[in-house]
Amino acid sequence: MSIFFNDLGKHQNSIVFTTIDEQISYNDLVFEIEKLSENLLARKLAFIICENNIESVLGYLTFLRIGIVPLLVSKSIDRELLNDLITNYKPNYIWANKDYTLSNDWKITHSNRTFQLQESISPFNHEFHPSLALLLMTSGSTGSPVLVRLSYQNLIQNTISISDSLGISKEDKPITTLPMNYTFGLSIINSHLLNGCEIILTELSILSKDFWDLFKSRKPTTFGGVPYTYQMLKRIGFEKMDLPFLKKLTQAGGKLDHNMSKYFAELCLLKGIKFFVMYGQTEATARMSCLPAEDAVKKAGSIGIPIPNGSFYLVDDNLDVINEADKEGELYYKGPNVSMGYAYNVNDLILGDENNGVLATGDLAKKDNEGYYYIVGRKKRFLKIFGNRISLDEIENITLKNGYSCVCTGVDDKLYVFTENEQDVLELKNLISAKISIHHSAIIVKHISKIPRNDSGKILYSELQVK
Amino acid sequence: MESFSVSSDQLNENLVYQSVPQWDSIGHMGMVAALEEAFDIMMETDDIIDFGSYNKGVELLAKYNVVI
Repeated sequence: MSIFFNDLGKHQNSIVFTTIDEQISYNDLVFEIEKLSENLLARKLAFIICENNIESVLGYLTFLRIGIVPLLVSKSIDRELLNDLITNYKPNYIWANKDYTLSNDWKITHSNRTFQLQESISPFNHEFHPSLALLLMTSGSTGSPVLVRLSYQNLIQNTISISDSLGISKEDKPITTLPMNYTFGLSIINSHLLNGCEIILTELSILSKDFWDLFKSRKPTTFGGVPYTYQMLKRIGFEKMDLPFLKKLTQAGGKLDHNMSKYFAELCLLKGIKFFVMYGQTEATARMSCLPAEDAVKKAGSIGIPIPNGSFYLVDDNLDVINEADKEGELYYKGPNVSMGYAYNVNDLILGDENNGVLATGDLAKKDNEGYYYIVGRKKRFLKIFGNRISLDEIENITLKNGYSCVCTGVDDKLYVFTENEQDVLELKNLISAKISIHHSAIIVKHISKIPRNDSGKILYSELQVK
Repeated sequence: MESFSVSSDQLNENLVYQSVPQWDSIGHMGMVAALEEAFDIMMETDDIIDFGSYNKGVELLAKYNVVI
């Protein structure tokens, strides 16, 4: 079985990374990994403040290869939150842009391009479970972040299943359109490294001219997007763009509504692009299902069928398995990519597999009579905003901690906040936007004279007007 | 101004794409929608992705007979 982070050398002189400034081969990458590995110790904890550049991926692969457990952090993380994570998890190494200067408790021991490695001068002795490979933050986690514990097998197996589902081969050439600390973005990098592909790494946004200049000169064959990416593509006239080298598009990170799904399925068919809709969660390493491109039009709106080695089943309120078609229930997934569990603090890093390969997704779904699955709603109170999962209860807790009172509800890409205090409206909007790192236009704060409650004081969310 | 939460004195040649936290891809889409609505225009692909700064935007909008 091929292991994407160990078997890099076999792709030899093929190009691995292209950026605006340079290109390096798999051989160059292995050489740089070996150099960075010098003097590093196995079974330590490292934080990577990720950017879509060679340095970040180099650090990630180096740590995986020598058995250091990395936590991937977004470069736009709230600094206070980052400091809390450092205090709580006591990393031994921090691999980040040279702009991230830390206190005197850290010394710089290595540098590469724009990044440097900082080592703690009083290293903490972590106890790790031997299977623990990688830590990811659940998307949009706030306040006290929850980490997902992934094993080496989770990573290796999911990477192979994704590669098989999409038929990835050496000729595929992705360009990054999602952050690498985001599970979907990371899985694109992993699955293409497995196949010895060239990967174009960029921080540029699809709304910038420089992105499309790079795109036209480097001719990527594939990229992935969350629902909001597809809305932007539609708006900037993707329909009229002439990109004959583009062969595959993938969509995940939330439900693309039925009309958009159909629009892109039909457009891609016309343009000779294979369009794959996928479904995943960080708790399942990255992806759980795939709608094959040939079914994209016929089954628009579906998340498809489970990836190889995975299976779905639906469960009703009595926890009985549903066998008939078109009946809704909570979606469960079983497979080798289901994470070991969560970590709430540093002591949890020694815990073993708590999920035993089974994940209750929290999504409500149904299955048609041909075995294709459709997401129809949610069991838990959360929203997907620009691909990030946002817990409504958590936002209520954060605002409470900051001295405000409000209740939250909403639909995907739109969070509604209701408060009884009119003077708090603007402050709430700014506070929430900052704390969850979500653009303020996705947050609507409304004043309401009385929050609807039932006799026992329970909030009646269904009576709050969302429109 | 509303799209990026900036004040009117920040509307100058220094206001460029991703120079303020709120002018990200989401802010950009919001701004395009707001401009289209305010001036009753329909912007083209090249103009949307070329709109990398306040000054460039003023120049592009002239094409649509919008004078700032």
